[in-house]
Amino acid sequence: MSSNVPDAVGHENIVPDPDGHENTQLDTTGPESTVHEAKLKRRGHSAAGNAARAISSPWASVAAVILAIMWTTPTLGLFITSFRTQEDIQNSGWWTAILRPWFTVKNYEAALFGGSTSLIDYFVNSLVITIPAVIIPLMLAALAAYAIAWTKFPGRNWIFVGIFALQIVPLQVALIPLQQIYNALQLPSFWQVWLSHSIFALPLAVFLLHNFMKDLPAELMEAARVDGAGHNAIFFRVILPLMKPALASFGIFQFLWVWNDLLVALIFAPARANAPLTVRVAEMSGTMGGQWYMLSAGAFISMIVPVAVFLFLQKYFVRGLLSGGLKG
Amino acid sequence: MKIMDKFGDMLMAIVVFALVVVLIVALAWLVGQIRTRASGKVQGFIYILPVLIMLLGGLVYPAILTIRQAFGGPTGDEGFGVENFVAVFTRPELLRPLINTAIWVVCVPVFATIVGLAYAVLVDRSRFEAFAKALIFLPMAISMVGASIIWKFMYDFRAAGETQVGLFNAILTGIGFQPVDFMQIRWWNTFFLIVVMVWIQAGFAMTVLSAAIKGIPDEIIEAAKIDGTTGWKLFRFITLPSIRGSLVVVLTTVGIATLKVFDVVRTMTGGQFDTSVLALEFYNYSFRYSQYGTGAALAVVLFILVLPIVIYNVVQMRKDA
Repeated sequence: MSSNVPDAVGHENIVPDPDGHENTQLDTTGPESTVHEAKLKRRGHSAAGNAARAISSPWASVAAVILAIMWTTPTLGLFITSFRTQEDIQNSGWWTAILRPWFTVKNYEAALFGGSTSLIDYFVNSLVITIPAVIIPLMLAALAAYAIAWTKFPGRNWIFVGIFALQIVPLQVALIPLQQIYNALQLPSFWQVWLSHSIFALPLAVFLLHNFMKDLPAELMEAARVDGAGHNAIFFRVILPLMKPALASFGIFQFLWVWNDLLVALIFAPARANAPLTVRVAEMSGTMGGQWYMLSAGAFISMIVPVAVFLFLQKYFVRGLLSGGLKG
Repeated sequence: MKIMDKFGDMLMAIVVFALVVVLIVALAWLVGQIRTRASGKVQGFIYILPVLIMLLGGLVYPAILTIRQAFGGPTGDEGFGVENFVAVFTRPELLRPLINTAIWVVCVPVFATIVGLAYAVLVDRSRFEAFAKALIFLPMAISMVGASIIWKFMYDFRAAGETQVGLFNAILTGIGFQPVDFMQIRWWNTFFLIVVMVWIQAGFAMTVLSAAIKGIPDEIIEAAKIDGTTGWKLFRFITLPSIRGSLVVVLTTVGIATLKVFDVVRTMTGGQFDTSVLALEFYNYSFRYSQYGTGAALAVVLFILVLPIVIYNVVQMRKDA
């Protein structure tokens, strides 16, 4: 992991460790404490930082490190396992591999291309499902959010409240009748998943994009109108370019949500021809319960894309989290 | 070729919806050409029309049908009665998931918030804050299925005498205890599953609370310090009250997510050994046992359980605003 990942709220506050160690301690009494103090002064103080220091920093550091280890160990353990041979996994714990490293990518080969799992097919399905399920609701929600924020059709406030309220409807409440509707329309399986994810994303998307849009300065719209621009021109030339951060942050949120979804996929795309990775990996967990060489590789194949998205676009993902209240 | 077909379908879908957008824009343009006082209003309505159609057809109408089915006996279409709801609250195989769900919805938000808040406070302004936060936050990015497999491995059980490859049993046997099949000890197994959900959600709690902590104005802190308030007291009487709104958001959001969770239970135990939850039984009854009425009743119960949490949240939000 790059140590230059912007932190959760978008500040870049990583200081390279002069010793070159990657330690996460909160040492304020070290040799560079003056530098540290200076940085604190520049940034202002924070209640928690002060509290943590005053609680006595050695203990705070120890607690932070223990929590970090507790949160990282499970993933690390399975990750190491996924590169070990079948015999090694059977005969020794993954932690022994740290002392006697012997790694292989055979598990990944077998999981991706082996006849019994062939995760590559499901990987393709995950991509095919996820991309339209992100683009479609974004396009439609942006238009709707603009209509609510900057046009004056009657009842728009009620419609907005209604859409907001729909966030609280659990997916479960809509699933069975939705399946009946799809069957009556004879929609292909991929279409069922795309449509479902789009529908379920709309309330939150409209809500978030509207909140972002209504904060844009009204003078912008006025100026464009004076220049003779209609709603279409304002939406595409003025609003949409300004919306990029909000669209990106919701897009990433939706991407992770769809990629990681199991429920919608189980119901609308259970067959091999169009099931995503989550469905297949969950199935493997049932049928290959103890075969950790397959299961561990399979789990990480299903995680590669979301983790990459997370690492590279963390800033936007977090922005989406912080601006969003509820996810329905 | 098959793969190309799939991507072809995918492009088709995107093009179809792009055409929908083009159609909307063209309609709005046409209306704009008429130039009456109402045309701006009509344009706005045209923009929102596809969303309204999708939400009414894909969410509101199905929800009404589901509520109807919940009153229609086990199959969903026999007369009108409350027997499905009675079943949820009396039949042991449904009552147990209901109790488990209650345990989940209390434990997960509370523990995820405690861990998230503690961690946010501990790493705040430290040199490796960004990296340290990413470690805790990462589970949010992976699927619950993936997270479940990670934890299934932690809990892995082999008979006594065999080599334990699961970390917990390796530690237990290492210090002289018998290995434990964590997924099969009744009552406790629900808590072992809850650990997984807390592990997933703590990063979310940490992120939101950390942002709230950083948003506390410096002047408040300075004033408190001049008064001699430091350490734990500063946290208890300044930090905690200042982030109350965010705490409510975190607790409710995690609570709602927890009510609806089923992937973790399904992947780790399949709901066996008394670990099932409402959302999993909803899936089982609706899509495996074909008892649509009972499934619908479970969905409606989920909805009713979500409601008070959301209403409380909205009231809090309006108070803060």
